Parts: sequence; C-alpha cells; structure tokens
Amino acid sequence: MRYALLIHYPQPAVPTVGQDEINAGKAAFQAYAKALEDAGVLQSAEVLQTVSSATSVSLKQGKLQVQDGPFAETKEAFAGIFMLDVPDLDAALAWAERCPAANWGTVEIRPSAVRFVDGAWTGAH
Amino acid sequence: MDRRALSETDAAARAEELARAAYGRLLAILAARDGDIEAAEDCLADAFERALRTWPETGVPDNPAAWLLTVARNRRHDLRRTAAERLTGPLDDAVRGAALAVVEELDPDAIPDRRLALLFVCAHPAIDPAVRTPLMLQAVLGFDAEQIGRAFVVPGPTMTQRLVRAKRRIRDARIPFAVPDRDQMPARLGPVLEAIYGAYAIDFPLVAGLAPRESLAAESHYLAVTLAELLPDEPEALGLAALISLSLARRPARETGGEFVTLDEQDASRWDPELIESGERYLRRARSLGRMGRFQIEAAIQSVHCARAVSGETDWRALLTLYEALLAIAPTLGARVAHAAVQGRVEGPAVGLAALDAIADEAVQRFQPAWATRAHLLAEGDRREEAVRAYERAISLTTDVAARRYLERRCARVGAMD
Repeated sequence: MRYALLIHYPQPAVPTVGQDEINAGKAAFQAYAKALEDAGVLQSAEVLQTVSSATSVSLKQGKLQVQDGPFAETKEAFAGIFMLDVPDLDAALAWAERCPAANWGTVEIRPSAVRFVDGAWTGAH
Repeated sequence: MDRRALSETDAAARAEELARAAYGRLLAILAARDGDIEAAEDCLADAFERALRTWPETGVPDNPAAWLLTVARNRRHDLRRTAAERLTGPLDDAVRGAALAVVEELDPDAIPDRRLALLFVCAHPAIDPAVRTPLMLQAVLGFDAEQIGRAFVVPGPTMTQRLVRAKRRIRDARIPFAVPDRDQMPARLGPVLEAIYGAYAIDFPLVAGLAPRESLAAESHYLAVTLAELLPDEPEALGLAALISLSLARRPARETGGEFVTLDEQDASRWDPELIESGERYLRRARSLGRMGRFQIEAAIQSVHCARAVSGETDWRALLTLYEALLAIAPTLGARVAHAAVQGRVEGPAVGLAALDAIADEAVQRFQPAWATRAHLLAEGDRREEAVRAYERAISLTTDVAARRYLERRCARVGAMD
C-alpha cells in the first residue's frame, strides 16, 4: 500500500534559523531518507522551496488566473513529500514518527488512491 | 596559587574538566538564594569566561571551584546592587564592603550540596514533564540548549525557548529550592527518577547515527549516580542507579557488524565489568533498606541477565518471578511483553503466546516488541507460516536499521525451513 507523508511547516518560516540548524536539519533528512531507502520502502522524496516562490494557476472563475504566491495563506504550508510503500497504516505511522520534520512541523499521512503507471491510472495496492 | 604558566588550551581543558565536575554544584548554590537559574547561569558563564582569560597568566587557583563561585557571586551581587541602586539609590559603602568580604570567603566544599534541591526543582509538579529532563541536563550538567536540542531532535531555538520558559516559571512562581520532607518524598521523588530515566530511555536510533553522541545514556548515568549519592537511604534512587549502570554495562555488546544482537545472544565478555560491579553495589544497598519498588525490580532483572557473565547461563525462573513482581506494581506494555517472552522461555511457546494474546491494550497491535516476541515464539513452536507473517509485521514496524537486519535474517531462516 502506498502512503504519502506530507510535510507541512509553520508560516511564516522562522527567519532566524542559523546555518548550524540548517546543516543539522539536512543531516537528519539525509539519515531519514537513507533509512527509508535501506528498508526498501521509499518510492520518492522531494522537499520544495518556500511558499514565497510559489505561483498558482486556476480556471475556477471561468478564466485563467495566474497568481503570484500560494493559493491560500495558511498557518502551515506544504513543504515536501515522501512516498512510501509499506504494508499498512501502522507501518506508515512508525516511519512518520521518525520523520525529522515532525519536530518542527506536521507530518500528514495520506493513503494513495490511484497513480499513473505505464499509460494508465491504477489502484494504489 | 599555582603559578605555573598555562597555555590557553590547558586553561580551557582545566575549565572544562571543572565545568563537568563542579558546574551543577556551583549553579545550585548560586540559584538557590532567589530561584533565578537564568541569572545564575549568566554569572557562572561570566566566571568561566574570566577563568579562560586569566588562568593562562596566573595559573589555576588552588581551589578553582571557590574561585569560580566567588567571581560568579560577586557578579551576581553587582547585578543585584545595580538593580537595587536603580530602585533605592546608592548603597552605603560600608555595607557594600561587608557584603563583599563575606563573599570572598566562599568555599563550595564548605557549603552543603544544593544539587539535590535543584533536581527536585527541575522535576517539580508545576514544570511541564517534557522539559524536566532537558532542564536537568542544562542546570546540573551545564549543556547548552543546542546540544540538548540535538539529543531530543528539537531545533536549538525551540529548545532554548522551552528552557527559558521553564526557568522563568521557577523564578516567578517561586518554586522552592528545597528537598521535600519525608511525607512529601514518595510523591516528589517519582518525577525526579522518571526524568533521569527518561534521559536513558530516550530512543532515537535512526537519528543517533548522525548525532554527536550516541545517546544521553552516559549523562543519565551521571545524574542517577549523583542522585543515589545524595539520597543514600532512598531505595528507589539506588535502584535507578543500579538499573542504569547494569543496562549501560551491556551496551558494547548490543550490536555487531551493524546488526542488532538480542540480550541472550550477546557476548558477555564484551560487557563492562566495572559498571556491573557498581550496579550490583547500588542494588545491594537498595535491598538492605527493605522497601521494594519498580526501579529496584527492573535493576534486579538486569542483574539476573548480567550474572550470565559469571555463571555462563541465565536463570529464567528467577526472571519470571521478577517480571511477575514488576507486573504487580508497574504493568506497562513493555513489561507485559517481556513477561510473555520469559514465560514462553520457561513454560513453553504456547504459554508465552497465550500471555501475549491476553494483553488487551490496543497499542499492542502497533508495538514492535510484541510482534518480534510473537514471531520468535511462533518459530519456537514450529508454526513457521505464522512466524513469517509475524516477522514481516515486526519488520514493517521497525525503523532501526540494525534491528531490521536482525529480524530479516531470522525471518529468512524460518521461511527457508519449509
């Protein structure tokens, strides 16, 4: 079963984080991703730039709207994703608890519904 | 004074040695008067900084701790006086002189050790349990928030904030720097023991690989031993010192070639005999006081395991009795699973499995040790297919690489028997 660990960081991002903090964070993410990979459960991992670099596109109002910034101002912003393939929610939880991001943000676990493989949408199982 | 010229690195090394040995004592003395740990830390930091500047020239004083305490106290007085002057105008010179004269005679060895009171302040019921252990590490061992943050996998600034909030609370709410009297002791000692044990039990193996220290086990040991020396008539304080000493003794044998090694497969010759000996000493003293408690029983369990280093075998029946005693007073999920494992060993896998099945707590479904134990017992009972499924479940719940490797090997072995 595929699960997404969605990482959310509080906004605005703390501007006072020093280089040591950043290095410690990077090292923690390196170890975490390596452990996921070694365990054979990691499908992909990606950390995004801050929301200040976001651009939003919508056709909801009947015409093209391109907006500078995120689609909505929120207290926490989406910051990255780990896709895992593990047997069940408990296993996904065990990994989410270890995610370094949980120490300064929130990690949301969402089961995958369908995904596009070899030209077709298929169930996540 | 020792007039030997010191290089700056020597002075720094000497100051660091002192910091480790005397930091908590000095801080406790400085903070006890008005409960202001933050101000005491600042003054002590000033004193250490001055030592680093002056000792390379003057040599290390005969009584360096007294020197540090005097400098820190003077600084504290200066700060207080400035505050007082702002409020009431200049102090009389004679009064000031008298105050300083007293200060100059300070000798920390002549002052009762206030660290015990400091430990009780850190684990006071009015302090958030999550910050008690970090507070102890900072106030008693002198770690900075950055180091503590790393151990707890919390960003440094966040940890600073939590610690500062707790220290202001201690000062503003006037939490007393006092050792609880006999009536209060049983209720107040528990949280102190828990906070110290918390530093030992902290378990972030995944992140540990990149942290500068493997864990806080050594610091926790230092705190437990300090507490036991300060409370030599409290059996549970002695029990905790015994428990941590005996567990720590087995650490070197816990992993080999990157794979986790279970307790009964560990090479006992790699255990630390000195730690075992000191652990046994604490346990004997605790027992002689005749009041049983959770930490003493857990220490006794460790002691039975450690006895294998001498006897060559493990007394599983003694373990069973001890686990039954432990369950009677502290039926935690971990204790129940460990009990089932020992039962399986003594009375056969079926009995162990029945004991596991009897655990009603829902958390057991997500509890990795429960699945690993179940898998071992099923394999033991030759129920291989079920064993493989239980191993797979245990593996899926294991995030630690070394433990995962071990379980995968066991699982493959059972699977290959078909």
